[in-house]
Amino acid sequence: MKGFGKYAIWAYSIMAFVFLLIPIAYTVAFSFNDSRRTNIIWSGFTLENWLTVCEAQGVCEAFGNSLLIGVAATILATTLGTMIAIALVRYRFRFRNATTLLIFLPMATPEVVLGAGLAAQFLQAGVPKGIGTVILAHTLFCLSFVVVTVRSRVVSLNPALEEAGRDLYASPVQVFWRITFPMLLPGIVAAALLSFALSFDDFIITNFNRGADVTFPSYIYTAAARGIPAEANVIASAVFFLAIALVLIAQLSAAARRRQLAKAA
Amino acid sequence: MAFTAFAGTATAVAEPAPRRRSPIALLLLLPGIFYLILFFVTPLISLVITSLQAPDPLIFGQYVNAFNWQNYVAVLEQYWPQAIRSAGYAALATLFALLIGFPLAYFIGITLRPFPLLQSLALVLVIAPFFISFLLRTLAWKQIFSVEGPVAGILSSLGALPPGVSITGTTFSVVFGLTYNFIPFMVLPIYATLVSLDLRLLEAGNDLYGSPATTFRTVTLPLSAAGVMSGTLLTFIPAAGDYINASREFLGATDTTMIGNVIEANFLVLQNFPAAAALSLILMAFILVLVAAYVKRSGTEDLL
Amino acid sequence: MTNNEVPKSGFAEAGADLELVGITKRFPGFTAIEELDLTIPAGSFFALLGPSGCGKTTTLRLIAGLEEPTAGRILIGGKDVTATKAYQRPVNTVFQSYALFPHMTILQNVAFGLKRRGITNADALAHEALQLVELDHVAGRKPTQLSGGQQQRVALARAVVNRPALLLLDEPLGALDLKLRRQMQVELKDIQSEVGLTFLHVTHDQEEAMTMADTVAVMNKGRIEQMGPPQELYELPHTAFVAKFLGQSNLFTGDVVSTSSRTLVIDAAGSKIEVPTARAQRHNGRITVGVRPEKVTLHDAAPVADSGRNVIGPGRITDVSFSGVSTQYEVTVPHVGAITVFAQNTSISTLHHDGDTVWLSWAIDHAFGLADEADAEPVSRFHADLDTSMIAVQSRKDLEAELEEA
Ligand SMILES: Nc1ncnc2c1ncn2[C@@H]1O[C@H](COP(=O)(O)OP(=O)(O)OP(=O)(O)O)[C@@H](O)[C@H]1O
Ligand SMILES: [Mg+2]
Repeated sequence: MKGFGKYAIWAYSIMAFVFLLIPIAYTVAFSFNDSRRTNIIWSGFTLENWLTVCEAQGVCEAFGNSLLIGVAATILATTLGTMIAIALVRYRFRFRNATTLLIFLPMATPEVVLGAGLAAQFLQAGVPKGIGTVILAHTLFCLSFVVVTVRSRVVSLNPALEEAGRDLYASPVQVFWRITFPMLLPGIVAAALLSFALSFDDFIITNFNRGADVTFPSYIYTAAARGIPAEANVIASAVFFLAIALVLIAQLSAAARRRQLAKAA
Repeated sequence: MAFTAFAGTATAVAEPAPRRRSPIALLLLLPGIFYLILFFVTPLISLVITSLQAPDPLIFGQYVNAFNWQNYVAVLEQYWPQAIRSAGYAALATLFALLIGFPLAYFIGITLRPFPLLQSLALVLVIAPFFISFLLRTLAWKQIFSVEGPVAGILSSLGALPPGVSITGTTFSVVFGLTYNFIPFMVLPIYATLVSLDLRLLEAGNDLYGSPATTFRTVTLPLSAAGVMSGTLLTFIPAAGDYINASREFLGATDTTMIGNVIEANFLVLQNFPAAAALSLILMAFILVLVAAYVKRSGTEDLL
Repeated sequence: MTNNEVPKSGFAEAGADLELVGITKRFPGFTAIEELDLTIPAGSFFALLGPSGCGKTTTLRLIAGLEEPTAGRILIGGKDVTATKAYQRPVNTVFQSYALFPHMTILQNVAFGLKRRGITNADALAHEALQLVELDHVAGRKPTQLSGGQQQRVALARAVVNRPALLLLDEPLGALDLKLRRQMQVELKDIQSEVGLTFLHVTHDQEEAMTMADTVAVMNKGRIEQMGPPQELYELPHTAFVAKFLGQSNLFTGDVVSTSSRTLVIDAAGSKIEVPTARAQRHNGRITVGVRPEKVTLHDAAPVADSGRNVIGPGRITDVSFSGVSTQYEVTVPHVGAITVFAQNTSISTLHHDGDTVWLSWAIDHAFGLADEADAEPVSRFHADLDTSMIAVQSRKDLEAELEEA
């Protein structure tokens, strides 16, 4: 693209970024709104909401539940998914295609169907719904994403490195923990972050399986009818800033490392 | 598949190790497969069983196992408008997401390539919406579009919007919300294919074909086809099953309900489990047929 | 050391001998090694030469235990290790692709093998090994921060530091410039003779193989064509492949016309060429004989007949290339073909020019007779395997096996 096209794509993209960021800016701005009961109309700036986040009923409890569910589902899904990813790339076994299909299917299944199916299952099995069932449900839909993410990392792993390890007297277990695992770690971390983000923001599957327990998204959903308290905006904004800060730190340190590498070479 | 975009991992460089047969494979696979069977396959079977249940003749509101296939006919007769609307809304949202997302992905993956730091920053901005609750973002749009909101104010002062007419609760607002919410799912896979695209190919294209438009059509587009495919699937699937955007508390109204809303209402409100299950299975079958056809047409058999 | 343990017993006291017995390696649809027999005595420096794709790396991988042979046995120090895992074999490899661990520092890379064997002063030994390859100053860096040649030297240090009974080197000096290469060759040779380790060295560099190795083997299409001391291989090649692969050769094919106890004579398109019987692999029928280009002398006029020399001519010089120490001439002799001659530039007067008419001669004792014919296209042993129908059959068999299991 030359000349006009070049400016056009810059202009178009900047507009697209603005579009993507409008509701975020809105949400963050309204976390500072001096609202009484509903947080719809702007009525002045205050820090009050940020200082007394947990005073709004149930917000912090819901947030805590979401954190707990996110962490548990992430650990479960990352462990199981990484194991499957390694097996898929490295081994030949029966029913390979069936296994691949089984992993792909949950990603192609709309969340309502997953949610409804699990709910029907828990209902039939007589399992009481709550945080536990939500964790199980989240692990399910995170699992496939973990497999796909880690798998690409396993594929790009140079087998000669593991061979060098074997050649240098490392037993299969040592080869795994000292070579394979550290090399896969970036992929595993990425998969874990993705799982956590998916779980933390999930509403649909949660709503079918949460019983009486409240997560942060389901709190917002219920509160939406009568007006969301500004404290919810505070929590969402805080999570947003934390996540963005982490991503930026990671990106900047990667850039710094690149520069250092360029200098060393 | 370019789901990998989320991980930001590079594409494979080395040739993969040859696959071996080993009992370790079983050890690695069993827990995960067992999990999927327990929490994915059996729920699907439960759904099938539930979808065929008949009302209990004795206790009102209870259902007994049966082979009541008429449930499917009944839900289709009752809810065909919502089903068609879902497909239509999802298709529109996918189209708009592609129109907005492709240039954006091109911009990040190719235009910004000489500026790595700016590139990472742009990528962060695309992922940013993920970190603010999906529901809050949608509510934010609702309030921006509300009668007291800025958009309605500007439009009515321009005379483009008759007073008292709301923007929310319309087909426009629902498709808008769906488009907005799933744009990152479109951008990331396309970005992932474009970012690894060899710029020399574009140069060669410009050299051989001359016009940038021709280069785009003959080089860029075919090479990013895999990303466009995963992007459209990743947008269409959740959009077709979504019920947040279309629900009355968010951007929808009673005449914009989608199949997701109907499933939710039947399951959680009306407690008509057979109807909800039958609708879920119809939705899933529809999506699977679509995915299969799509995958077949684009020739990418290896989806994972 | 028992068979199931990592060799922990410190460093090898001496090299071990290596014996390959009837080794065959088949990849799906392709035979990489066929019926290979090879014995490398303990403490020797053995070089394996061969064209790209002939199976050198595969041979090393089989010995290291990274690949399982389809048939045959591998013995190291008299012990059958065919069924032993790679990490249990007293063998280390310098990989063609270096295979340095990118997530570890250079020092950690070099100390890796020592630590796995529980050697206490691993870091100190690793530093020593790095000093040997002159890279101790980069011990704290990561592999990606090194140049290709530096990485190669680290790979060398990482293997050598373990003092294995048998060290496998897969083109370990390929990425180095000439000076560093010569220096590393000396280092390698020192390490090898100092501890008496057995080295199996794969290289593309003939000169490297000849100067360093006690024994050189030339491999072609999965088989060893000939092996022996470098000088013997050069002076008395047994096959046309070896004659052409190792240095250059002028080859003549013709029928044996007379045989005496000392020599035999062939008729190559009218020219009589004599070869010592002892230096000929075959003694009757149609055979190929040869002579190295530097053994051939040019004459301005027909030389006086000499019972000790072969003479051909006249021919015409078609190409002269001057390279400082020597000059290479291309001489075309009618009916016989092109002959290459290397002449030392000992005096300016001996220079010949393009278009000159010359005669050629060489001492009969320098001629050699080959076991095969030069111009007949060598029979491809793997032809059947490469055939598409064979590949189809093979993949079909695989599929059937897979289906059977499912
Ligand atoms: N895993 C494999 N599957 C199929 N064929 C293989 C495999 N590994 C090697 N080969 C084939 O076996 C032959 C020998 O390969 P090898 O790597 O041993 O060659 P090489 O002599 O080391 O060549 P180079 O000098 O180029 O390194 C080659 O034709 C190669 O294509
Ligand atoms: Mg090789």
